[in-house]
Amino acid sequence: MIQYIAFWLFAFMVIASATMVILARNPVHSVMWLILAFFNAAGLMLLAGAEFIAMLLVIVYVGAVAVLFLFVVMMLDIDFAELRAGFVRYLPLGALVAIILAAELIFAVGAWSAGGVDLAARAAPVVSDKSNIQQIGELLYTRYIFLFEAAGIVLLVAMIGAIVLTHRQRGGVRTQNISHQNQRRPQDATRLVDPGVGQGMEL
Amino acid sequence: MISVGHYLAVSAVLFTLGVLGIFINRKNIIVILMSIELILLAVNINLVAFSAALGDLVGQVFAMFVLTVAAGEAAIGLAILVIYFRGRGTIAVDDANRMKG
Repeated sequence: MIQYIAFWLFAFMVIASATMVILARNPVHSVMWLILAFFNAAGLMLLAGAEFIAMLLVIVYVGAVAVLFLFVVMMLDIDFAELRAGFVRYLPLGALVAIILAAELIFAVGAWSAGGVDLAARAAPVVSDKSNIQQIGELLYTRYIFLFEAAGIVLLVAMIGAIVLTHRQRGGVRTQNISHQNQRRPQDATRLVDPGVGQGMEL
Repeated sequence: MISVGHYLAVSAVLFTLGVLGIFINRKNIIVILMSIELILLAVNINLVAFSAALGDLVGQVFAMFVLTVAAGEAAIGLAILVIYFRGRGTIAVDDANRMKG
């Protein structure tokens, strides 16, 4: 019973906050609604028994992606009223596409039946005496180790790409040139002079 | 009991809302990126629901990779958005066909 209540609560909240994400006037509010949607989706996954993915969703989406969105929205000085100008104009076409898509998805889900899913042919069956995170770890670090490392490379490339894209070389700023400093030798930088008495010296 | 069909319905609605968000916020690329995140969230809910229903962990492992790609995509997308704003002073992507470097 409590599972039903929790499921409907989470499902209702995730759909309501997703609606608010696309309808909110201020993108800062959109990000806040997006965070609420992610929390409720994490609740849905928790109900399905995927604790690790639920916690990962909270950490990665709420902790990193949503904060990144918030940072960019607040950093850029944008006139959001102007960006909303075409809202009503695009609404009929968008609603048409959305209705068609929703109808197709509902038909597909309604007409779908599991058919001959052979439960013995599962790739990685759930073992009941181990926790979810332990089973995922055992799978991830053995059979899917190359995929795991490929995911790491994807993140590395994304990080380097974001840095390279947004890095700005400012002109007219005196910065430290380390190779120039290292190439400097004593015989280039200093000289030994023997000035005569009363002649002064040239600097 | 909550069946896999319930989860599929929720994620179908979420996916549709994401597509609708792309259509109605065509000028505001920040909301478009958020809509893409909603679509990927719907995909993740689908993967986890089937993983739970079939008792097979591969779905959850795959959901993790989807999460990775979503994080990278958001970072790169927002970086492109920042340099676009720096060059043009606006993020209206309605006429972004002038993006020729």
